[in-house]
Amino acid sequence: MNAADNAWVLASSALVLLMTPGLAMFYGGLTRSKNVLSTMMHSFFLMGLASAIWFVYGFSLSFAPDAFGGLLGGLDHFGLKGVGGAVWPDQTIPGATFMIFQCMFAIITPALISGAFAERMKFSSFIVFMALWMTFVYCPVAHWVWGPGGWLAKIGALDFAGGTVVHINSGVAALACALVIGKRKGYGTLPMIPHNVTLTLLGAGLLWFGWFGFNAGSALKANESATMAFVVTHMSAAMGALAWVFAEWALKGRPTTLGAASGAIAGLATITPASGFVGPGSAIIIGLIAGVVCYLAVLAKTTLGYDDSLDVVGIHGVGGVLGTLAIGFFASKAIGGADGLFFGSAAQLGPQVIAVLATSIYSLAVTLILLYIVKAVMGLRVTTEEEEAGVDTSAHGETAYNL
Amino acid sequence: MKKVEAIIKPFKLDDVKEALSSIGVQGMTVTEVKGFGRQKGHKEIYRGAEYLVDFLPKIKLEMVVQAELVDQVIEKIVSAARTGTIGDGKIFVSPVEAAIRIRTGDRDVDAI
Repeated sequence: MNAADNAWVLASSALVLLMTPGLAMFYGGLTRSKNVLSTMMHSFFLMGLASAIWFVYGFSLSFAPDAFGGLLGGLDHFGLKGVGGAVWPDQTIPGATFMIFQCMFAIITPALISGAFAERMKFSSFIVFMALWMTFVYCPVAHWVWGPGGWLAKIGALDFAGGTVVHINSGVAALACALVIGKRKGYGTLPMIPHNVTLTLLGAGLLWFGWFGFNAGSALKANESATMAFVVTHMSAAMGALAWVFAEWALKGRPTTLGAASGAIAGLATITPASGFVGPGSAIIIGLIAGVVCYLAVLAKTTLGYDDSLDVVGIHGVGGVLGTLAIGFFASKAIGGADGLFFGSAAQLGPQVIAVLATSIYSLAVTLILLYIVKAVMGLRVTTEEEEAGVDTSAHGETAYNL
Repeated sequence: MKKVEAIIKPFKLDDVKEALSSIGVQGMTVTEVKGFGRQKGHKEIYRGAEYLVDFLPKIKLEMVVQAELVDQVIEKIVSAARTGTIGDGKIFVSPVEAAIRIRTGDRDVDAI
């Protein structure tokens, strides 16, 4: 075991966990005040639920030796059997460190999806849907990309910190949710204005901070790879913020704080898969592209007509696709992984495209199936009265602001 | 006795309060309200989605004064609250049947 590596990955695990309450605030500020608590509850409850699933069988399905032809791990580590202080195969940290680091990813990925159905999802249905989604979507995809014997890893697809497993996965699932659950009542006519942009900005700051653990921690070592991942993460966030702000200034007339926060998040989501394989110069370009493209994707939402309340699709879905494909162009073996097109090889493009398509199609298809099952058994939405009163009071019996 | 109700722009509250105090108006009730008249709302943009916000924040002042004082009160409010741009507000005067000071039981003119 390498003490420095262990210290770094443990610290990173804490950083990544902080991203989930950060996300809760980021999303919470964007909803109407009558729904802020229910929105934050999605994240906080998942900190419990996703962890429980992870401990019992989620870690095993994702990271146990392959049991189903590259599609899923076995139950060797059911109940965290064999996961303890002993160093994990091919690593320099204890198995439990690796497990707890990955646990935080398993928490935030379903939490991201919640942005798509904010302000109208039934809480009991949320619990059932999320438990199913983790089991049938998150764990398989994590296994394909990062698990031993995972089929996407075997064909050479690269994803350093979760462009596919986290961002495309949640972004596409969010699209499925928005389509099946439907729009909020009054969407398009009633003003649905963020009730507290300051909360959103606070959340964005915590996310940016925590993302250093998300990306640099994925090096699983306290080495140059972690350093480069840390640096490119920051560069992409910074450029994403600038690009979004200037794009909206040009297109809509004013630079906004929400734009700065959203652009930073777009830059962070996009660099995530590429963070171990690209240099700072590439990261700057990637961040600029992310800021502009994700902004346009969010604008397109109004034309396309679905109610993805908090823009999970436009920022995480699109960002994840951009970043995963960017590896095919900007990756440099000198940094890590393989060479991309701009560094002499077109060979990486194919695997990256396959990774994007496989994750998108699988996540969309299975999420849709799960949604229809839950809808048939117990419904997905709150009632009209509950939606109008606000989910905070109707589902949780709480009011956020008793001023 | 008359009740004078004035809707004014929020940043004018201190000026109006001082102007009224200079003619002997000792108390008033202030509420934060939203409203609109001819002053249209403004546009807010969140991630590219535009919203027209119709209701603007205003301050409502209410005070009960002796009838003889009303013209002076109106004149003071108008000169302190006016900016000349749309949205300066309005003043309404209505009759008051009774006024009672809770602590002492004083009635009508003794109570205001």
